[in-house]
Amino acid sequence: MSILIQQDKCNGCGLCARSCPYQALEMLDKKATWLEDRCTLCGACLESCKVGALSGEIPTREAPDFKEYRGVWVFVERQGSGFHRSAFELIGCARGLADSLGEKVSAIVFGADSDDKGLNELISRGADSCIVVYNRALAQYRTCSYTHALSHLIIKYLPSILLIPATTIGRDLAPRLARRLKLGLTADCTRLAIDPQEHVLLQTRPAFGGNIMATIVTRYSRPQTATVRPGVMKPLDLDPTRKGDIIFEEINLPDSVDVIKILECVMNTESSTNLSQAAIIVAGGRPICGEQGMSVLKEFAEAIGAEVACTRVVVEEGFMSTDRQVGQTGQTVRPEIYFACGISGAIQHRAGMDGSRYIVAINKDPDAPIFEVADLAVVGDIYQILPVLTRTIKDYKGLSTPC
Amino acid sequence: MKLVVLIKQIPNTSNVQIDPKTGNLVREGVTSIMNPEDRHALEEALSIKDHSNAVIDVISMGPPQAIEVICEGLSMGADRGILLTDRAFAGADTWATSTALGNAIRKNGPFDLIFAGRQAIDGDTAQIGPQIAEFLGIPQITFVSALELYEGKVIANRTIENGCEKVETPLPALITCLASLNEPRYPTVGRILDSVRESTPIEIWNAADIGVKAQDVGLAGSLTQVLKTFTPKGGRETQYLEGTPSDIASGIVQFLTDRQVRLGE
Repeated sequence: MSILIQQDKCNGCGLCARSCPYQALEMLDKKATWLEDRCTLCGACLESCKVGALSGEIPTREAPDFKEYRGVWVFVERQGSGFHRSAFELIGCARGLADSLGEKVSAIVFGADSDDKGLNELISRGADSCIVVYNRALAQYRTCSYTHALSHLIIKYLPSILLIPATTIGRDLAPRLARRLKLGLTADCTRLAIDPQEHVLLQTRPAFGGNIMATIVTRYSRPQTATVRPGVMKPLDLDPTRKGDIIFEEINLPDSVDVIKILECVMNTESSTNLSQAAIIVAGGRPICGEQGMSVLKEFAEAIGAEVACTRVVVEEGFMSTDRQVGQTGQTVRPEIYFACGISGAIQHRAGMDGSRYIVAINKDPDAPIFEVADLAVVGDIYQILPVLTRTIKDYKGLSTPC
Repeated sequence: MKLVVLIKQIPNTSNVQIDPKTGNLVREGVTSIMNPEDRHALEEALSIKDHSNAVIDVISMGPPQAIEVICEGLSMGADRGILLTDRAFAGADTWATSTALGNAIRKNGPFDLIFAGRQAIDGDTAQIGPQIAEFLGIPQITFVSALELYEGKVIANRTIENGCEKVETPLPALITCLASLNEPRYPTVGRILDSVRESTPIEIWNAADIGVKAQDVGLAGSLTQVLKTFTPKGGRETQYLEGTPSDIASGIVQFLTDRQVRLGE
């Protein structure tokens, strides 16, 4: 593709040179000259010529035919000897998508040990097959080794959709893979569906800290690839009667594929915070800053079986560590229940918690913005309400679990 | 040692507007800031420069007004700035953005380390860093919370789910930075004044300057398209509980048990 100049027609007016944003047309001896290096083929010059001396074809874009791409894939993340909870969530989601398309679900599992017992559970949770690669180089997640192996499988099997958990591993792997295979990639999706007419994947995700939701489509590449936020999709119930194939693939992974060395891996101890996995979160705002406030909050959290969390100001005042901060600059959480105790509900805080299933807000100020996102609103003092609520929960548990 | 820092100017997230036609953000007339984690990326490069003869280039892609963050980067201590700006770059997804930035870095010449923020708080994708690393064929370490240079290698702490890995990579490499990595410095008054002089070392590049075709960048070069945007319905039906503290407590427990939420596990 190039820009052609018919020298005999060119009258040397210079309009084309002025119309070009890139100085890719120059006037030499009163004739237009095309400088190929500078031309971006934007087409701005074509309409500028009044005498029809310029011609060129600007390529138009057509979505390729992707008929041979079939199947919904889930990249399964390992956690210790089992699977990260996202695996079952994503397989559950993939099942729904595959059923709308009339396609199959495959779970992609990488690892080093060949006596894996958990693979059948992936089938019981909705996968039609597991594609498994065992290789010493895949013992631990490393960007380039995993990208190499996953690319290899994609090129061989040509799936139409690939879901990757939006964990620290998934968000490291997915963009590397997408760039390698020229795939469109949508980050951190919270809703996935198939468009009934076009049969493309509708990928919905929050942007601007949740102020805006965007639905994104990938029309120009396959597989349509998305990372999916953990904790959002629902796993299917375990069905041990489900049947599926387990396919073992061998991939050659020489050491030169990955130059990164893992020197050491330190996992947090059990007691450490993991707000993203908590089913119940009890969060405090400014009024809990103090010894009494912290103990009221913690006693309630303990009674109800929750993790404690807080707003930015509580961290700044030194009452909790940053890993417990919820909001724009902290963690995004979506527990089953979020108790907002003495939290006014600035947009930056709401951005980190308004995806929670149920929100219970307790605040003295009846105009606090937190009430706009609450399912249950209590206008009152946390110091009066929380201790009573703690006792009520304890009583309730005493009744419901006889021993 | 040559260091490249990728920075992005982002609209202040409290007041965003969407172009109803393209579904893209309207960035004009909105207050703008340097993406917070990019500031930490720049600080990390500056702290290397403090103890060595490193040279730092800051690179940004955006509308002409994004020159403000380049100036800010220079006022914090970077040596040179490059702004990629062109209407052809507009509306890019991360594929097209990494094409433009990757070509610009390549054109800018050899480097030892590239620093970027983990993610920008407007899109929160965290994709550009790894995509550029792949484009350039260099290793990446993402989500970095500590970093040291040792005998021509980088040793970094990479945050993983529920833990941390210490990893080592040879140079050149690309690092994406978390806020916990360091405490960014403030610009000095002298440097602020220097950063806006005529002689300030800032270059402005368009698509032709980095040798890409218009159809490979911007909206035209994107593999994903925004179909629609909408504001999430904040529409929870808020139910108010009143009465004595014990009425309220019973009401809360009732609400949760009605919805079969398991308590106290």
